[in-house]
Amino acid sequence: MSGQRARIRRRQRTFRWGVVTLVSAFFALPLLGMLDFTTRGPGGVGRSGQTWRTLADFGAVATDYPTLNDGVVTSVGLAVLTVAVMLLLLVPTMTWVRLRVPRAQRLVEFVCLLPLTVPAIVLVVGLSPIYTWLTGWLRYFFGTAISESTLWLSLAYVVLVLPYSYRAIDAGLRSIDVRTLSEAARSLGAGWPTVMWRIILPNLRSAVLSASFLTVALVLGEFTIANLFSRNNLQVAMYLLGKSDAQISVAVGLVSLVFAFLILFAMSFVGSAGQGGALTRRLRSRKESA
Amino acid sequence: MLPFFAYTTVFLLIPTLVVVVGAFLGADGRPTLSNLSALGEPSFLKAMRQSLVLSAVTAVAGAVLGSLLAYAVSTASPTGVLKRFVTSLCGVLAQFGGVALAFAFTASFGATGLLTSWLARVGVENGSGLWLYEWDKGLMLVYLYFQVPLMLIVFLPAVEGLKPQWREATETLGGTTWTYWRRVAGPILLPSFIGATLLLFTNALSAYATARALVSQGSPIVPLQIGDALSSEVLLGQQAVAKAMALAMIVVVALVMTLYAVLDRRASRWLVR
Repeated sequence: MSGQRARIRRRQRTFRWGVVTLVSAFFALPLLGMLDFTTRGPGGVGRSGQTWRTLADFGAVATDYPTLNDGVVTSVGLAVLTVAVMLLLLVPTMTWVRLRVPRAQRLVEFVCLLPLTVPAIVLVVGLSPIYTWLTGWLRYFFGTAISESTLWLSLAYVVLVLPYSYRAIDAGLRSIDVRTLSEAARSLGAGWPTVMWRIILPNLRSAVLSASFLTVALVLGEFTIANLFSRNNLQVAMYLLGKSDAQISVAVGLVSLVFAFLILFAMSFVGSAGQGGALTRRLRSRKESA
Repeated sequence: MLPFFAYTTVFLLIPTLVVVVGAFLGADGRPTLSNLSALGEPSFLKAMRQSLVLSAVTAVAGAVLGSLLAYAVSTASPTGVLKRFVTSLCGVLAQFGGVALAFAFTASFGATGLLTSWLARVGVENGSGLWLYEWDKGLMLVYLYFQVPLMLIVFLPAVEGLKPQWREATETLGGTTWTYWRRVAGPILLPSFIGATLLLFTNALSAYATARALVSQGSPIVPLQIGDALSSEVLLGQQAVAKAMALAMIVVVALVMTLYAVLDRRASRWLVR
């Protein structure tokens, strides 16, 4: 029996490395193509680090490629705003629903997962009258400078990231006993804001972090909505740049992919560390089966 | 709770309603069916057919390749670097790819691209390289680069739900590896597999960024046509046409997602998530 086990184990290992190697090659080739393309010398002859040197020189990028610079700044702003609005919207609502109105849980889940079924391109069609209306009011109250800001797109991005952040936060809420924690805090005299800020949030740290990381990655990669609303963000700038300066745009593309990878890779360590770890998971499965 | 519902109403429900209702409203605000006539145009029907074929092919191919990869990864240590590496990479490609992915392909397969020169060395001619920009060749290949990763992400939990005890039980009862896959693991995974394939289908159907960045001439698939109609300043009444096309997409996606929901319920009977 143990011999058979070992054989299966061995066969699995061969299979694993075989498949992973093949697929890695499949995925690595175009990335390698990008690297090759960006290190090409003038006229396609020889090697040169010129493209990367240009890109590393932030001052030169800001003056030579204003669109790109603007796109990066906008995307970072959008990411921060989207994370803030998403957290403000989801964490209190989901906690409250779990504590007080468990009946509404299905509805909230349905609404949060709905964006998965509404393609972004369809959302653009429906959002354009909303944005016309919103911009009108904003102009009325704050003037054109604010109403024309690209940052308002973050309101639409929150909808796009809802399904992903909902799942992350839901997993976090599931792994802690919200009711007991909040009742204990309330009986010690804490008000709801204190419960939220000092009890629930610290316990949800890793869930909130992973929801935020996912949001950042998604916002930095968003193209459809920004492009069709004729706004500039990282991806749109990259797209426009691709038409004039191919090498730089490919280099930016490669950097953005690597950067997003690093974010997600870091996240995979955050998600499993601390309270979201093996112990809580084991406790949870025991509770569910009981 | 109120802010949440207010927000989602304004930014999610109303936009969807705008599309659905707007598709039936004429320029004068009266109900009409004339917008829907755009859906009978040969150009739209062709784009729809191409969209459906593209999504179906990449969904099935992506699902098969992705599930193999998912199984391979699931046999590794759950906290090991390999798994973290593969899932992070797949997360990037599945969600983030878009424009950068299209660039990767033009850089690799362009006239002087790395892969073009490698292929030429082993005797495969790339031709004019124009195949890359055709919907049923290049676009399909590029789509696989986010379909396979998405399959891994969606399907991995299902494969990891397979309990080693089930395999041991099969062995104790005298079953071979083939029996295990044919009679135990296969039937358990099938609903998840089909469900994930449907998800991949809707994902390919709604993808816009990669196609936009890769295809610069013509609009072979529906999302690009909607984009064209939206940004068209030449023709009046294109907004309504965009809504009608968007409605057609909603209908297709809603059908597929309903099927998905049914399968997902069935899949969760055995797999605790």
